[in-house]
Amino acid sequence: MAADPLIRVTGLRKTFGNHRVLDGLDLDVRVGEAVAVLGANGAGKTTLLKVLATLVRPTRGTATVAGHDCARDPEGVRREIGLVAHGSYVYEDLTASENLTFWATLAGVRLSAAARAGALATVELDRAADERVRTFSAGMKRRLSLARFVLVRPRVLLLDEPFAGLDQRARKWLEEHLASFKAGGGSIVMATHSFGRELAVADRIAILAGGAIALDTPRGALSADDVQRSYALHTEDAC
Amino acid sequence: MLTFARRAFIVVWKDLLIERRSKETLNALFFFALLLLFVFQFAVGPDRERLAGTLPGLLWLGFILSGLLGLGRTFVAERENDCWEALLLVPGDKSAIYVGKLAGNVLLMLTVAVLLLALFTIFFNIDLAPAIPALAAVVVLGTLGLASVGTLFAAMTASVRARELLFPVLLLPVQVPVLLATVKATEAALAGEPFAAYAHWLQLLAAADVIYLVAGILTFEFVLEP
Repeated sequence: MAADPLIRVTGLRKTFGNHRVLDGLDLDVRVGEAVAVLGANGAGKTTLLKVLATLVRPTRGTATVAGHDCARDPEGVRREIGLVAHGSYVYEDLTASENLTFWATLAGVRLSAAARAGALATVELDRAADERVRTFSAGMKRRLSLARFVLVRPRVLLLDEPFAGLDQRARKWLEEHLASFKAGGGSIVMATHSFGRELAVADRIAILAGGAIALDTPRGALSADDVQRSYALHTEDAC
Repeated sequence: MLTFARRAFIVVWKDLLIERRSKETLNALFFFALLLLFVFQFAVGPDRERLAGTLPGLLWLGFILSGLLGLGRTFVAERENDCWEALLLVPGDKSAIYVGKLAGNVLLMLTVAVLLLALFTIFFNIDLAPAIPALAAVVVLGTLGLASVGTLFAAMTASVRARELLFPVLLLPVQVPVLLATVKATEAALAGEPFAAYAHWLQLLAAADVIYLVAGILTFEFVLEP
């Protein structure tokens, strides 16, 4: 018997003024599963992630994470999720160590020096621990952003274009990190419009077009060419 | 309670550390205060009698204008790299963030107030020493009142496009009781009147502070929510 989904989105609609971005979107994500949400620019991928992260309230429909309703119980949802979005969520005038101390303390985690060093080593930033973030590259900032979730350990990771701006080494590291996160029972929803390493991490691929999921299929059933063909077909349909 | 205090402290620690490194706000406020004093000096001139009548108003005009500048920058660091969103996503009592931001603002504004008072004594050649205990009470209570509402309104306007315009327009009308009480109490303190003569103004200030502070703590979470 299949376990209850950790994330359940039902009939989700989101409008901004007269513009309907999401319209009747349904999506389930089970424990230990990674779903790549593919879609063209403006398809609503980021909006979906923001609804799941409680940053945007749905106009209609429901979204739940670990049984907590995103609109009615945002605090419950926030205890379960980690969001890596376009912004890196780090302060430029603090060092990497200080950023981790700040976010961990704010999240109620008592952070020992060893735990902090361990988290920075995990994201390969231990040598830059005492350098100000202002001097970091975009990839380093993204890794520092992920280091927060090494400490806080959410059950769900919401990732918006997670591999964007990363070099080959950082991409490999992120791929391994996400695989180990899944193996530990974590669930992942990642929004992307590329066909790179995201797809290797994903167990399922969901193509978002016309405000709804146009295709939701296991990753194993599709070759990279199949994914590209389906993507082209559905995103053209949406135009 | 301990968690609340730790969360509030880490926000003050972060804000002061960023300010110590960037020195953006303190430098701007210092030079702004200096500029104001030059203007006041030219406007009032050397007439001692005229100065005695206008000094309380000038002092608080300086505090409030520099305070407006400082308070308006409360969430500037949060706009960089979308840290504002991350603050919202942190689970737990958001009022700790408000208390931390408020404490940082109060410390910064008190630093500017001390600088301003020192510069006033130099520019206008006046002896503030006898009035310092009373002035300290007025400045601390007045700053707390100004910063309590200012921090809340800075959060309200942080993601609004016309925030620089909206912030003072919202803040100043609400500050009328604080402005009135601070100017009247300062006037009495500088005139060397006994404490009993202006104690009621300090009571009004303290009451306004308590109301503003409680309102800020209770409503900050709703201000932050999308």
